[in-house]
Parts: sequence; C-alpha cells; structure tokens
Amino acid sequence: MTTSIELEKSPIACSEECLIRPGNTNCGGCGMSVGLNLLSRALAKAGQRCELVIPACCGIVTAGGYPTTGYSVPVLASTFAASPAFASGVAAVRDLNNEPQQVICWAGDGGTYDIGMATLSAAAERNENFIYICYDNEIYGNTGGQRSSATPVGAKTTTTPSGKIESKKDIMAIMAAHRIPYAATLSAAHPEDFLRKLDTGLHMNGFRFFLIHSPCPTGWKSEPAESIELVRLAVSSGLFPVYEVFDGWRYRINIKPTGADPVEYYRRQNRFPIDAMDLDAIRKHASASNERLARLAAVFPVAN
Amino acid sequence: MTLELVTGNHAAGYALSVAGEANRGARGAACGIYPITPQTEIVEFVAKYPFSKGRVIAVESEHSAMGVSIGASMAGARAFTASSSNGLAYMTENIMVAGFYRLPIVLAAVNRTLGPPWNIWADQGDTLYLRDFPWIQLYCETNQEVLDSTLLAFRLAEDRRILLPVMVVMDAFILSHTQMETELPEQELVDRYLPPLSLPHELNLNRPTTVGGLTWPRETMSQRIEVDEAMERVPAVYEEHRASFKQIFGRDPGAAVSTFETEDAESVLVTSGTIASTALEVVRGRRAAGEKIGMVKMKMFRPFPGDRLLDACPHVRKFGVLDRDYAAGLGGVWWHDLRATLQGPRDGAMVQNYLTGVCGGDVTPAMINEVIDDLLARRSAGKPVWKGIDK
Repeated sequence: MTTSIELEKSPIACSEECLIRPGNTNCGGCGMSVGLNLLSRALAKAGQRCELVIPACCGIVTAGGYPTTGYSVPVLASTFAASPAFASGVAAVRDLNNEPQQVICWAGDGGTYDIGMATLSAAAERNENFIYICYDNEIYGNTGGQRSSATPVGAKTTTTPSGKIESKKDIMAIMAAHRIPYAATLSAAHPEDFLRKLDTGLHMNGFRFFLIHSPCPTGWKSEPAESIELVRLAVSSGLFPVYEVFDGWRYRINIKPTGADPVEYYRRQNRFPIDAMDLDAIRKHASASNERLARLAAVFPVAN
Repeated sequence: MTLELVTGNHAAGYALSVAGEANRGARGAACGIYPITPQTEIVEFVAKYPFSKGRVIAVESEHSAMGVSIGASMAGARAFTASSSNGLAYMTENIMVAGFYRLPIVLAAVNRTLGPPWNIWADQGDTLYLRDFPWIQLYCETNQEVLDSTLLAFRLAEDRRILLPVMVVMDAFILSHTQMETELPEQELVDRYLPPLSLPHELNLNRPTTVGGLTWPRETMSQRIEVDEAMERVPAVYEEHRASFKQIFGRDPGAAVSTFETEDAESVLVTSGTIASTALEVVRGRRAAGEKIGMVKMKMFRPFPGDRLLDACPHVRKFGVLDRDYAAGLGGVWWHDLRATLQGPRDGAMVQNYLTGVCGGDVTPAMINEVIDDLLARRSAGKPVWKGIDK
C-alpha cells in the first residue's frame, strides 16, 4: 500500500523562501544543509533575494542533475579557485543596474582556505560588494575526505592517514587582516546568533565574510544525529570561537566558551586517533587563542 | 572617422572600450583585467576609459580576469579582457568555461612565445594551443584589422545563432607596439553596428537554474553538439556581419580566408598574421616573374575554414604552410589542420611545413624566397623545415 503525501503539508514542504528544495541528495547530519536553511530564513526575514555563486564543493552537488535544480534561486557554478572572481563580475553588473539582490558565494573550505585563497584575498582587498560564506567541514568532502588547510591537527584523512601534523589555518585572522567591513563565525548550535549575524551582513555593503563550522558525518566519522551537539561542544570548549569583527579591527565575542573539556568533542568523532593526540597541547592552544580574542575584544570593542 | 597613428594595442583597447560603451543603454560593460607584456597597454586603455555605465576590475591574476568577465557576462553585461602567452595559459581553465557557458566574451590576445625560457617575442603557440575549446579565433595582419575584427567579434559572438566567445589575435610587437595609420570610428557608428546585448541565458531571479551543475553524458554530449552546430554556422554568419560592417564603416574587415592569385596557381603559400604582409610582397614579385604561385591568408583559425580554402585553390598541387608556432612532437599547427582538410578532397596534394619566425625570429623576404624555392623544387613533402637557424 502506498500513501500519498500532500507536499504542502509534508514536513519537507518548501516555499519560495527555502533556498534548497526537497529531494536534494545531501547527507543526513550535513552542516551545509543546515547552513543553507538558516541563510534562507535570514534572507526571508530581511525581505531579500539572492543569486548564488558556487565553486566545486558539496554545495554544487546539492543542485542535482540537469535539468532540475535543488536551489530556488539562480546558481552560477564557478571554477574551483574563482568563485570570488565570478561573483565580483555578477555583483558589479548588479550594482551598475541598481538591482537589490544579494550575490552570495557559497563555498567549502577547500575552495576557501586552499585553491581559492588568492582569489578570495583579492576580492576582499577590493572590497567587492558581495557576501562570501565558507561552510567549513575541515575536509575535501566531495572527493572522499582528504586534508585541507582547514583540517584540524590530529585529524585522520585519506591523505593524512596517521593524523594531520599541522594546525588549522586561522582564516578569520586572515580575512580580518583585509580590513573588510564584516567577518563573523557561525555555529548551527546557536541559531539565534547565526541569524542575527547574517542579518547584520545582509544590511551592510562591501565584502562580508562568514565562516560556518559545518559538521560532516561522512568525513568526521561521527553520528549524523550528533552533528549539532558536536558543533555545540566545539563552541563550549573553545575550539570554535564564535565572534564577529567589524572593519577588521573591532571585535565582539558572541558566545563565550564555558570551559568544557574538548576531549568529548574528539571522542565522538572517529577521525581523531584520540590516544595518539597531545590533548594538553590542544587545550593550551585553544585557551591561548580564546584569550587572545578576549583581549582584542576588550581593547578594541565594537562601538554600540 | 579620424585617421590616427596608433599601435595594435591601442587599436584593440579602443575597440573593446567603444564596444563596451555601446552597451550603455542595456546592462552596461564590465570586465576583469590583468597586465602582461606585450598586451598591458590594452588593459591600461580600458582602465582609463570613461565608461558611462561600466566597471573595470583590476584583479590579481589572468584566471580571475576571465572569471570576472564570465560573471559580468552571465549577468548580462558586455564583457571582454586581454592577455598573452603564459597569461593565457594561466587563464585557460576559465577560457574553457567562457566557451562552454556560451558567453559572448571578446578576448584580445597578443601572441607571445610561451615560456620557459623567458621570451617576449611573437609566436602563435599561446593561442593555437587553445584550439580545442569553443572559441572563435581570428588572426590579424594590421592594426586596422585588429580594430575592425574586435568590433566584428562582438557582433558575431552576440549573434543568437552563434553565442560563442571570440579571440582576436595579433603578433607581439610587430603589431602590438608598432604604430600604423588606423581609422578610429566614432561612438555613434559603433552604436549603430553593435545593438544592445541581450543574453538569452542571463542569470534571472525569476528563472532559477543552476548554470554549470551536473549533467549526464547524453545531455553533456548534446551541449557539445550544440557547440558544433554553432561552429558550423560561423563562416556564413561572419560574412553577414562583415557585409554590415562594410555598410556602416565603409571598410572591409577582411574575409575568413583571403587569397592572392590562387585561381590558376599550382603552388601556394598558406600564411597568417603579419607574415602574410611579407609573403605577399615576395609572392607578388615571383608572380610578376612568371611563376604560378599564389598566397592564402588565413584570418579565421576556429572554426577551421577548410572548405573556403579548398574552393579558393582549385588547381593547387603544392601547399607550403608557414607556421609561427611549433607543437611538440608534431610540427606546425596550421600545417596539421590543413593536411587534415586536404585528405580526401585533395588526396595527392603535397603539403610542406615551414617553421618560420618561431619564438619571435624575423621572417624576411629572403626567407620567404628560400621557402618558395624549396617548395617549387620539391617532388614530395618531408618533415617540417625549421627556418632562420642552422641546424
């Protein structure tokens, strides 16, 4: 026996406000999908529409096979390194024609931290008028889980089979150093903060950068149902600081770490060979990083 | 219309700018630019141009220069850029995308030897190696031809029967940095020649599509076939826009294949770019001396106008192909394509390759005379002959 579902009443009903449509093939527990839904809500609240520019990453797989599209807005697929260049062109023409829609780059950590770094840096330096959102799952997910410069120290990937030796690149410090109008980190475990900061960005001009800590159960070897819990642990233990930077200069910590031990975060992900990791060094590094940010926020606070 | 002494770079920069300005009543002009010798003056010209509705974005690489132009074109603006040599090599991934996205972008390309070693002189290898992408390629002999071909390129690229990007190509220094008398058309004439751009697949909020997402083999093959059909239409559509160019500007921007005394020729030289000027002088002299030799100048390289070349050379049994390029393990690229064209329709024709001026060496009348002597004396074709060096 089959049961027909009225689409409008189903839990996956989709309105025009929803960026991703039902039927996409994204994994359960995917942080990127949560991020896209929160972005949809932020755009709807602001009464804005957008065009997406997406390089090679899970975000372009989300669109699905031609002639269908998993997105409710126009999407321009860019070459891996060049989404900020493509978006610069689209945004320039939008501005020449006084059109209101946002141009948003939606890219993974490979396209942001690695192959797209020069292009991203140049678009930020030019203060191009678009939003760049990196959903950072700390791995090349599409290709089956290789290290990127966003992969944290200790994590096993197919190209770091014994665990990564190097630390994760501090992309927020790099972007802040460009003195862009706005840069902020986003955690799906704190959706109100997530939405508030997107709203801030949606009401600004110039180059705006967002970093989403994006769980990837396939790559993290974690339980899909625990994705939100994992990113919550990353925030509470200080591994993923939640903060915003205005003009690359003025800092505000949005969610303070509670001092939770990061061991629980590592224990729940099989990508981390926890017995072989120097957790003390990791604790010290996280503590120092958060202290540095707290001092910056104290000395260079956001003017209210 | 004013006659001025300008360089090839100036001619290209002027043409790109007035073409962009001609779209001010529509979605404007926007492009990414990046410098490289010897084309830098082109992007400098564009950067200085006071567009009524345009934005020129000076980016950090050739890859991004084409990336910005792709984004701008996809958003409906008239878009273009310029590059050369290793810059084209670095830009290549996005050059490919512009073609497969069917974007009417015009690229002014100045032929410079690909490095290493470091060499800034003329060699067509940097554009010929892009031969397999969905781009129309037009090679120029004079600065006037650069200007005219650039304007024609926009008309051709934006024609809905075509929708392919166009590369307008000139030799480094010989054209790019040499002043020639050139007619610079006024904006009003350019406005008449170039209607406002209307891109059928422009990004549209009310028509959410994913441009460039996953397609299955059958659908992807369909897209390649559409490119092939558009390429098939290019020579005829080119002639239409050449005719309307003549009407508006009172000049001929040049045929895809132009010929000199080929109707009754038994041997011809096949040339392109500025080598055509030198070769024509020599061939004219040998003709006057009674030798049955002619010359072909290839302006269009992609699509390869093989049929037109064959039609223009009904009795030719010997083709001497002058290549200012070298494809490793093969020889000259023009030679290779011409051999493929002749196979079948002209079996038994002799096709000899001469590698002339490769890596920027001078191609002198004396060298052309040596080539003709060799071609006329030959009974069969051999390996490509390197000229200008004692091997």
